[in-house]
Amino acid sequence: MAQPLSFTLPVPVSRNGASPDPSLAEEGAMHSSFHQLIQEQSAAGQELELQELGGAETVAAPAHQPEAWEEPEQRAEHPAFSSATLQILAKMPSRTIGRSRGAVISQYFTRTAKLRRRSSRPPLDQVSRSSRPSFRHYDLELDAGHAAEEDKRSLLVKELQSLASSQRDHMLRAMPVSLAEKRNLRQASAGHRSALRKPSMSRRPLSCCGQLKYCFIIWFRSLWYGFLSRLHSFQPWHYPLKQIGGRFGSSVLSYFLFLKTLLTFNGFLFLTLLIFVVAMQAANPPATSKSRLFTGLELLTGAGYFTETLMYYGYYSNFTLNGSSPQSSHLPYNMPLAYVFTVGVSFFITCIMLVYSMSRSFGESYRVGSTSGDFAIKVFCAWDHKVIQRDTVRLQSENIRTQLKELLAEWQAKSRPMSLGRRLGRMVVLSLAWALVLGTVLVCVMAVYYFSKHMDKVYSRASGSSETQQETLLLALPVVVSLMNLVMPYLYNLLAAWEKQDSPVLEVYVAICRNLILKMVVLGLLCYHWLSRRASYLEDKCWETAVGQELYRFVVMDFIFTLLDTFFGELVWRLVLEKKLKRKQRPEFDIARNVLELIYGQTLTWLGVLFCPLLPAVQTLKLMLLFYIKKTSLMMNCQSPSKPWRASHMSTIFITLLCFPSFLGAAIFLSYTIWSVRPSKMCGPFRTMETIYESGKTWVRELEKSSPSLTWFTWIHRYLVENTFFLFFAAGILLAVIYLHIQVVKGQRRVIQLLREQIANEGEDKIFLIQKLQCIYGKRETHL
Amino acid sequence: MSVIIFSLFTVKKVCNYKCQAFPSLSRLFYRYRDLAPQLVPLDYTNKPDVKLPYELIGSMPELKDNPFRQRIAEVFSADGEGNMTLDDFLDMFSVLSEMAPRDLKAYYAFKIYDFNDDDYICKLDLEKTVNKLTRNELTPEEVCLVCDKVIDEADQDNDGKLSLEDFQHMIVRAPDFLR
Repeated sequence: MAQPLSFTLPVPVSRNGASPDPSLAEEGAMHSSFHQLIQEQSAAGQELELQELGGAETVAAPAHQPEAWEEPEQRAEHPAFSSATLQILAKMPSRTIGRSRGAVISQYFTRTAKLRRRSSRPPLDQVSRSSRPSFRHYDLELDAGHAAEEDKRSLLVKELQSLASSQRDHMLRAMPVSLAEKRNLRQASAGHRSALRKPSMSRRPLSCCGQLKYCFIIWFRSLWYGFLSRLHSFQPWHYPLKQIGGRFGSSVLSYFLFLKTLLTFNGFLFLTLLIFVVAMQAANPPATSKSRLFTGLELLTGAGYFTETLMYYGYYSNFTLNGSSPQSSHLPYNMPLAYVFTVGVSFFITCIMLVYSMSRSFGESYRVGSTSGDFAIKVFCAWDHKVIQRDTVRLQSENIRTQLKELLAEWQAKSRPMSLGRRLGRMVVLSLAWALVLGTVLVCVMAVYYFSKHMDKVYSRASGSSETQQETLLLALPVVVSLMNLVMPYLYNLLAAWEKQDSPVLEVYVAICRNLILKMVVLGLLCYHWLSRRASYLEDKCWETAVGQELYRFVVMDFIFTLLDTFFGELVWRLVLEKKLKRKQRPEFDIARNVLELIYGQTLTWLGVLFCPLLPAVQTLKLMLLFYIKKTSLMMNCQSPSKPWRASHMSTIFITLLCFPSFLGAAIFLSYTIWSVRPSKMCGPFRTMETIYESGKTWVRELEKSSPSLTWFTWIHRYLVENTFFLFFAAGILLAVIYLHIQVVKGQRRVIQLLREQIANEGEDKIFLIQKLQCIYGKRETHL
Repeated sequence: MSVIIFSLFTVKKVCNYKCQAFPSLSRLFYRYRDLAPQLVPLDYTNKPDVKLPYELIGSMPELKDNPFRQRIAEVFSADGEGNMTLDDFLDMFSVLSEMAPRDLKAYYAFKIYDFNDDDYICKLDLEKTVNKLTRNELTPEEVCLVCDKVIDEADQDNDGKLSLEDFQHMIVRAPDFLR
């Protein structure tokens, strides 16, 4: 890192204090010190520089096109700077050496590459005039410099050799030079090492075995790297994702990547449950009679034929499976324990995976102490280079133009502060909008509550009619909830259009917030409703299976309504826009709403895993179908969103929303069910127990009795898991660690702020000194 | 840009210009060759000096509609005019791939946006960048305002220009960079 320059001038201080304008004597002293400085730093090219500057002032020579405007710009910026001042400015360390290592190395290599390219010195009038005169563009070092170049190169090679090989690779990879140079450097740094080593080792030609081993190693490595490079193309949906990114940009792509992430979570859940729970039970089917026939309605309602199959909790046995016949040599498999442990462990692993991906995504998208550099970021980072279709490129340009205009308008509006009246008006509008939103949420929740109560009554009254009719009635609640989830976001969009937020980014956040509140509150109510309803169940019925069936119905209805929304919202709307309203604009793909729907579906799956072990399979199938359907609809009907969208920021938000309200809620529901709810007496793996958790406790006690050598395990269980003190203690330590990290981040922010101020001060110092310099030299030149 | 992984050095160590050991490298080589099959030989062991002119490079589908394609080609080409040898071509795709380290991308992005090659992005460079981004659809006053704001926000040492350090510092704050 650069050290602060300590540049002390031997300036004589007058006895009366520092005077603002130096007297003639002091000026003379200052001039002599500068003169010494110039002499110390004089190089061969100084005359050339003066000549060039003289040429720039007097000769209007034809120059390279891109540099033609440099000269008037230079004049405009430094209108009266004398040549001597410019000379000194040119020798400033920040303009000749550069502080970043990469810049040093690459400047060095660009220079030498250019030197090698040019065979002779170019004539003066063709030398490009950069605004800061530097040694870069001309071949000052061609003669004396060639040796210097070799020295520098060997220095670089020596430095590379001193690093460890992985560090060396890393540094070479990050170096901004051409591949050919990197190759040469690598060979040089590797070759030197082997050259150094050889004398110490005995000089034996490689034996036949050694050669074979070497060949084998190289072949294996080439195979491995080939596999790694192919791995990327083996990823599922690699080409469709590229297509989508190329046509619509990274924002729409983030939706599909999120879908892929959800698919991995579900796939993992499905596999663990399949191996440890479903397959085991399938190998040992219980002796129940299947009284139902398969009708198509089961796919919608999940009841009927499916009720007594592997799908639901009620099918699973509560004893240790020992194989279908006494002669079979299967190991005993404790089904209840397997059930609860598999669910618990897979949730725990899902939690770890979620937190890990959330922290990684957060780390990529958030920076401590970053102030908003909206304009700079918009200009340099907004262009999405993935986009390759002509129309989309044009659209992107238009979007950036609109966004820049909006930013400018916003900035101009901010610089003119709003009057009190307008601010008050804004507050009223905002509070009204939020009150309306919360009111609608309350209304919807009440509606769902009363409707579910009503449906319960209707269902119990209709117990006389056929089973299929009864089960069709069960579809009413999921339909109503899905309809509400479909319609309310459009209403919120209308409300947002009326409300007119200040910035479009805030609009997106507010929309996500509102939709999320609605969905989560409704789900919370439904969970409460299901758990409270079990008391009213008859003794010979399985309330868990009923809850599992409800959740299955919700998942299927959610899928159907998503399809309807895609069909009507995108296809039909596009046709209406084109044919009836004759507008060229296509409907936009609403990313936030679609992602929230995905999160909602995933929450339903996580809620239902305990009651319906095959629900992750259903969800996996649903996500795969959704991918293709959404992609087709997107390609046919939509255009990319025109609002600004910071893809990595949004991805972080989505995965955080997946973790916090969604997964946390499901985990709380699951924990409550396992710890405090009494399982039904007639079905399922936990028939005889008070709570589901009791199976674990019983197992530990049996273990204690059967194998006394495992007392440490039971000790751990009794004192660490059952005793709540340890959990409180661990939670306390976690809170302390979090607090410590928050303080560290606060401190870093303050340090960044101080450093920023320091940099600004240094900049001002520099400007001041340059002006003083110019003052002195300007006076001197006018004197001459 | 193309989502191709290859580790620069293992490829270089084993491939030796034969371009047969790795599917990704050979894929790139065939793409290079497809641009001008009559100019590019299949065998590179003699290290022939073959340069494809800028017009061919600029007609590739990834670059065809990119407003910065000329600068990208100029930055990566050995002669500064946009005519690329195979080495330059591989350089370009390796830096633009998703696996390249961010500092490397930031460095090359700086060079791309630095139209006059003076190691600083000055206001005129910025104006050119903004015009290319918006296809000249902003008024000159708006362009001027935007450039002033950008320099305001990013210039750390108050010299009116963006140096490489300023640029890298700003890029670090923006994770959606050169995707």
